Parts: sequence; structure tokens; C-alpha cells
Amino acid sequence: MVSLTAPARVGFADKHPTAAFLLRRIGRMIILLLLLLVLSFAMIHLVPGDPVRAELGPRAPASAVEARKAELGLDQPIPQQFADYVQGLLTGDLGTSTTLHLPVSEVIAERLPNSARLAGIAFVVIMLLSITIGMIAAVMTKDGRHSGGELAFTSATGFFATIPEFVLGVALVYAFGVELDWFPVAYEPGVAAYVLPVAALSIGSIAALSRIVRVETLDVLGADYMRTARSKRLPARLTYLRHALPNMLTSTLTLGGLLLSGLIGATVLVENVFAWPGLGTAVVDSVVAQDYALAQAIMVLLGATVLIINLAVDLIIGLIDPRSTIREL
Amino acid sequence: MAQRGLVRTALRTPTGALALVTVVLLIVLAIVAPIIWGDKAATANVDHLLEGGSAAHPLGTDNIGRDLLARTLVATRLSLVLAVLTVLVGAGIGVPLGALPTLLGRRSARLTAAVTDLALAYPALLLAIFLGIILGAGPTAAVVALGIASAPAFARLTQTLAASVAGSDYVAAAHVLGLSRRRVLFRHVLPNIAEPIILNVTVAIGYALLALSGLSFLGLGVQPPSYDWGQLLTSSLNRIYVVPEAALGPCVAIVIAGLAFNGLGEALARASSTRSTYVRSPVRGTTSAFEPILPVADQLRVADDPVLVVEGLTVTFPTADGTIAPVRGISFSIGNGERVAIVGESGSGKSLTALSLAQLVPHPGMVRADRLEFLGRDLSDGTDPEGVVGTSMAMVFQDTSTSLNPALRVGTQLSEVAEVHGGLRRAEARRRAVDRLREVRLSGPERRLRQFPHELSGGMRQRVMIAVGLMGEPRLIVADEPTSALDVTVQQQILRLLKEIGDDTGASCLLITHDIAVATEMCDRILVMYAGRIVEDIDASRLWEGPAHPYTRALLAAVPDMDTDRDVELASIPGRPPDPADLPTGCAFAPRCAFATDKCREDRPPLLLDKTDSHRVACWHPQQGSVVAHEDDRLESEVG
Repeated sequence: MVSLTAPARVGFADKHPTAAFLLRRIGRMIILLLLLLVLSFAMIHLVPGDPVRAELGPRAPASAVEARKAELGLDQPIPQQFADYVQGLLTGDLGTSTTLHLPVSEVIAERLPNSARLAGIAFVVIMLLSITIGMIAAVMTKDGRHSGGELAFTSATGFFATIPEFVLGVALVYAFGVELDWFPVAYEPGVAAYVLPVAALSIGSIAALSRIVRVETLDVLGADYMRTARSKRLPARLTYLRHALPNMLTSTLTLGGLLLSGLIGATVLVENVFAWPGLGTAVVDSVVAQDYALAQAIMVLLGATVLIINLAVDLIIGLIDPRSTIREL
Repeated sequence: MAQRGLVRTALRTPTGALALVTVVLLIVLAIVAPIIWGDKAATANVDHLLEGGSAAHPLGTDNIGRDLLARTLVATRLSLVLAVLTVLVGAGIGVPLGALPTLLGRRSARLTAAVTDLALAYPALLLAIFLGIILGAGPTAAVVALGIASAPAFARLTQTLAASVAGSDYVAAAHVLGLSRRRVLFRHVLPNIAEPIILNVTVAIGYALLALSGLSFLGLGVQPPSYDWGQLLTSSLNRIYVVPEAALGPCVAIVIAGLAFNGLGEALARASSTRSTYVRSPVRGTTSAFEPILPVADQLRVADDPVLVVEGLTVTFPTADGTIAPVRGISFSIGNGERVAIVGESGSGKSLTALSLAQLVPHPGMVRADRLEFLGRDLSDGTDPEGVVGTSMAMVFQDTSTSLNPALRVGTQLSEVAEVHGGLRRAEARRRAVDRLREVRLSGPERRLRQFPHELSGGMRQRVMIAVGLMGEPRLIVADEPTSALDVTVQQQILRLLKEIGDDTGASCLLITHDIAVATEMCDRILVMYAGRIVEDIDASRLWEGPAHPYTRALLAAVPDMDTDRDVELASIPGRPPDPADLPTGCAFAPRCAFATDKCREDRPPLLLDKTDSHRVACWHPQQGSVVAHEDDRLESEVG
């Protein structure tokens, strides 16, 4: 099969390497999205026992269970159910949460912005600080200078990278919320409530990523083209930001992308530390309470977000560093 | 055996030792804690509900009066056991999955790799929640989910390792001998990749422990009445205002366990990677070795209207065995518009000489000079207050595939010089860039500005590199082996271009090359370097009538015919250049020289001007007359 399509594709890829790369990545994401839909649909059918029976309780009459099944469309053949399910997802009809007694779409509309803001702010903070810290550490310790500083840097970052977000969250709550009483320890409207959760989410990742940024930067600083840049006697700002930064950004962004999808998991944990009214607390509550419609919808949403983020990272890298598209061919 | 050696190496670092001791302590605790404190942890005491820390209960008590310190200690067992189970599930799925390609062949290998890549990108926690829905929240779902989630990492690792082992000679031999794939896998591949996989297991236990605590913390892992650290933390969290020490126990336990397993894994990995190649870091700051190599009796006649004057230039590098000096007190000058070549074998110090002029010697190298003047400005202290190097000295480097920035367009790399040093606006700088690209005879200059270096050929890139140098107002072009990475026809074009540019702009040129034929073709004067010193300084026009130094004569005799491959470096001079860390006391060339006497071996000959006042040579037995063809044959037989 590959050999049949190969000649045509090579011709296209030769002429438009970037376009071919984009198409390949988008195609891959569509396949994964379909897989996610099938899995999340299958999830309800894989639940042991009868979810409708579980919802209505053991004493509900059989007729009520049948009626509820018909209402949910569970008496339809499986392909029909899947079609209905996908249609429901596309039209925003996601069923009703059995615990909150609200349409799932409403629950999500209310909670998604809270989670997105939290994760988004944390991501920006992580990228900015880890690139800055990592580059500064690299410039300070290049060619084996400041070996004491290097040891301090790797030990400190190693320590913070190991502490899980939720433990860090608890520690921050205790130190800055309870003892010092500087910041709110749980969700409330306003900027101050974001400080501790964002810190809990970002400190570990900053530590992990800035270590990688340092090593990548050291690599770049030793490259021949940096010698050329130095031979031009450019100001330090241009030498580091224009000549070094783009060359270490590819690998940093790749890892940052992985980290961002990991951040979705971490957000779930941190939201639960800070009683944050986001998707993370909702999904955990819904799983524990066997609120399947809500759990299913949030799973699809979070899964799709991960896939879209990965695609976006690939595309950005393709634009920043055209070699990465070439390398794939 | 190998494993024990590894642990011993890991133990030598303090962090490795600490991590190992902690891990052992945790294992001991996991075994004995439930036996010793099991009862205390389970005993409810209605008189001491939800208490804070006290002598009897250092971390306080929970909602039915059970001692929290005892519970934290007892929870070690369940926390650890679940983490180990998770890793067993992960390795149990991942390792066979990764080894599968070795069994099945190429096509399925690619498929498995694609699947693992995709699975790696999916967060473990979401998978755990997904399985929690299907299996119900509890430790089974948590262990299975985290196990599955960690499987891709094991699969990827196994796959990479197996692929490298499978490509090795002994596995190829096993295939030739007709061993089945299965036998190859179990006999040859798995034993050889066991060590890195075991290392990874250690780190994975740490991660699993943290992730499981997280799930229990969320209420998706261990369910009451069972308890692990995560579960204990959850039940203490809502009391953090009143009894913060209640949350302290599980927090500290999680952090210590995580750090210990990660630290041990890292220490083991470091030990396994450094066991074979242990490199000592270079000793720093010993400059005492400087002095004895500087007795400058060398003579220098400074050119009229000099662009560059160098006296006593020395470059030193600290190494583990003391300081070495690849450039040893050389003196030369370059006149206005003059083209000078430095010729020498690799290791002669010629490239470092070029780099030191532009103050680009890499750390920890140190540059010293009695006199280093460029355009009348003193650069000997390593500074360049007026910025003459940036504007008036152009550097052309050897390997254009690495010397141009791969992430920046050609236009940026050209115009920034004019923007920074000439104060030109972007549009003006780009106009000048187009102009310079035209000067270096590059076709379609406007289009080239928008291209990236990888879109150009090697010869085109070298033209760009030269154009970069021309963006300022260069008075000296330093070209370090500008044609070595190019093929022969392009070499000629680039050399011609450099010459034309010199003629057009009046800039002087310092060409660094190992090819004396190129040097004579291109330059007015030739400096021959050997073991960090200039041994001869001669006009190119006089070279063929007779250089004085035996080394120069050997180089000339070794010049290949038209059809010989020029990439082969001076293959026909007998012997090897000396090790810069171990130079002979006298003339460095003496061991390879047919004319060497005891004087040569004892006293270093100074570089002295001859009576013509333009020719310098450092030799006790200067030769005369034109070079006999294949004089090197005689050299070889006598050195023999």
C-alpha cells in the first residue's frame, strides 16, 4: 500500500514540504480523534453492570429502567447509538448530569473557562520562566564556569522537579495561605486566587524544563554559528535572543508541548487541592459518583484538547524550524 | 557482578549513597512498620479525636483518634507495594511490546513505534480516570491504568535498546548461524539490555509512587478503610488550618520516597554511563607553564603601513596534565592590501592563531601577546573598546554547513552587521546585503535573502559567509580553511573570489590552509607554522627558488600533482607532528628532519631575518637552492 502511494506523495512532498507535513499531521490527528470518540463511546458499554440500573437504584421497577433506556437511546442498535452520540457531541447535546441535575453542556460551559485560565496562565509562566532561567544558567555555567553554581542549579531543580504538584499545592496552602495569609487557599473571584494554584502547577515544570533548556542552550552556544555570531560583535541581546534562542526553541517547544498535555493531568490534581470549580474537580466527582454522561463528556473534551495541543505544537515547530519538516521526509 | 560494580560506582557520589540508603530504609520500613505499629495505627481512641501534635501523637490523630505518625509509617507498605505492582504491569506490557519488532521484523517494528509514540503523548492521569470509570474507582483501576500508561515508555526504551543491540555484529552473526529470532531475542538481545531497563525500573517506581499518591489523593486510588500516603493526605487536607502537622507526615513521606527512587535511578544511570569513560574535568588556572616558552629572540620586521602587528602571541589551554600551548609566541605582521597565508599541518596552531586575532579562542583557552595591534588599536588585553574587530575584520570559517545559523534567513545574517555597526535602517541594510551578494557573484540575490542556509549549496553558503564579512568595511579578511569543505571546482571559484575581493576593496587577507599550493597561488607571503611556531616566513614568489627550512622544503616536495587528491593532508612527510603536551627541547622538527644535529635537538633555533630583510627562517642548518623533486624520498630514507 505504501509503495503504491509513495511516488505521488514524494512528488508533492518535494514541491511543498511544509504543506505535506501539515497534511500528514492533520490526518494523524483526525484518526486519533476518531479513536477517542470510539473509546469514549465504548466506555459506557464497558462499565460492568447496567449504568441505567445504577443510576435509578436497585429498587426501581424494570419498566422505569426500560423507559429510561429508551429515553437515552440505549435500546437502539450500537451503530445507531454511536451516530447519535457523535451527533450529540457536535450539537452540544451531551446528556444530563445525574449528580448535578444539569445539562452536561451547561456544566462544561461554566467550568471550562476556570480550568483553561488556570492551565493557560501556568503554561505561559512555565515557558517564560524556564527559558529565561535555563538560558541564564547556561550562559553562567558554559565552558565549566561557576561549577558551584551548576551544582546548586541542578540540585535545586532536581528537588523541585520531583515534588508532585498536589504536595507542593498543600505546602503552598500551608505556607502562604495559612501561616502568612497572603493569598486565598481556595477559589474565589479575582487575581489573587490564581497565585497559589499557578505556582503549584508551574514550579515543578519550571524546574524540569529549565534543566533541559540549560543543556540545549549549552549545546547551541558551542555551535560554530555562535562563533560566527560572536565574530560579528553583535550586542549580547542579539547574540542570545536572535542567534541562540530559535535554535533551542524547537526542542524546548517539543518538550513544552508534552508538558502542556501533562499539565492537563496536573491541573486535575491541583484543582482538587484548591477546590477550584473547573473540569478537574468535576471529572473526579463524576467518576466517584458514577455520573457517566458528565465523565464521558469531560474525557472527550480533555482528550481532544491534548490532541489539539500536540498538533499545534507540531505546526508551530514546523513554522519556526523548517528543518524539522525536511528531516521527516 | 556487573550489577554490583554499578551499585558500588553509584555509591561513590554522596547523593547516590544517600538515595540508596533511603530506598533500603523505605523497604525495611515497608516490611516491619505494619508489624510494629500496625495495632497503634488501627486503634481508635474516642478520647483523642482530631488532635494536634503532642508527645504521645507527634503528628496528631485522625477523626476516630488513630495516631497519624503510626498510620504514615504503616502506609509505607501499601504505597510501595502498589508502586512496584504498577511498574511490573508497565514493564510487563511495555518490554515485550518493545521487543516485538526484533521478533517480527521491519514492518511491524514501524507500526509498534508509531503506536508507542502516540501513546506517550497521552497523559497518564486521564487514562487512569478513564479506567476508573470502567473498573470503578479503586487501587486496581489505579494500578492497571498507571501500569498501562507507563508501558509506552518501557516499550520505547526496549525498542531503542533492542534496535541498537540487534544491529551489532554478534547478533548479525547469530542470524547468519541460523538462530531463530526468538533465540536471538532471549540469548543475545534481552541479556544485553537488562541493565538500562533495570535502571529505568528504579526511576519508574518513583514516578509510580508519586502518581498513585496523586490518584489516592483524588479519591480515585486506595479507598478507605485501606490507606496509603495519598489517601492520608486527602483526609488531613481539610484540617490544614487547624492541624497543619497532620498533612506533614504524608507530604514528607511522598517527597522523600520520590526523591530517593529518582535519585537512586539517576545515580545508577550516571554510574553506568561514566563507568567506561570517566573524564576528569580540566584543571584550571595554572599559567605557570607559560613562562619558559616565551624567550623571544625572534626577529620581526614590521611591514610598512601595517594592518596587523603580532608579537609574542601565545595561546594556552589548561588540561588535566598541565597547561599546553598550541601557539607559542609567534610574531608576524600584515601590510595594507597584503595577502598572507599561514600554512601548516593540523595541530600546528594555525587555526587558533586566526581565532585569537578575532578574540574567538574558546574557553578555557588563554591568549597572551606582547603586542597585538589591528589598525593601530591595541587588542593585546583581549578587549576591543572601539569595536574595530567587528567592523573591520571579516572572518570566513571552514564548514559553512555549521557556521551559518540554520534558523535564520540569509538576509538577517547579512543585514544585522550593517544594522548594528553601520547604524543602517533595515531597508538600507537589505539593499547593502543585495549589493554584497552580487559582489560575491551569487545569482538572484534578492531571492537569496529570504532563503535559509540549508537551501543553498556549500559553495553558495561560503559566498554568503564572505558577503557577511563584506557587510562592514573590512580591512582584513581572515579565512580559516575556506575551501576545505568544498569540492575541487568550487574551491577554485571561492579562492578566485577571495582574491578579486581583495583587489576590489584593498583589504588585506590572512588565509589559513594546509595546502601550500593554494597558499602560493593566492598569497604574497607565506608563514609556515610547525608545532605552534612560525618556522619560515617567505615571499611566495621566492618559494619555488628555494625555501630555507627543511620542513618547508618537505611540504613543497610533497605538493601533489594535478591529479592527486588534495584532501589527503601532506601524507608523504615522514613521522608525525609532535604532541603539544610533550615537545622536544630543541627544534620541534628535529625528530623528523634529515639535517638535524645535536644542536638542533638541544637548542631551539630563533626565527631570524636573513640579509634580504624580508625572509625569516628558524633553522640551524638552513638549506639553499630549489626543491628537488621527491626530496622527501631522501628525507624518508635518512629518518627511516
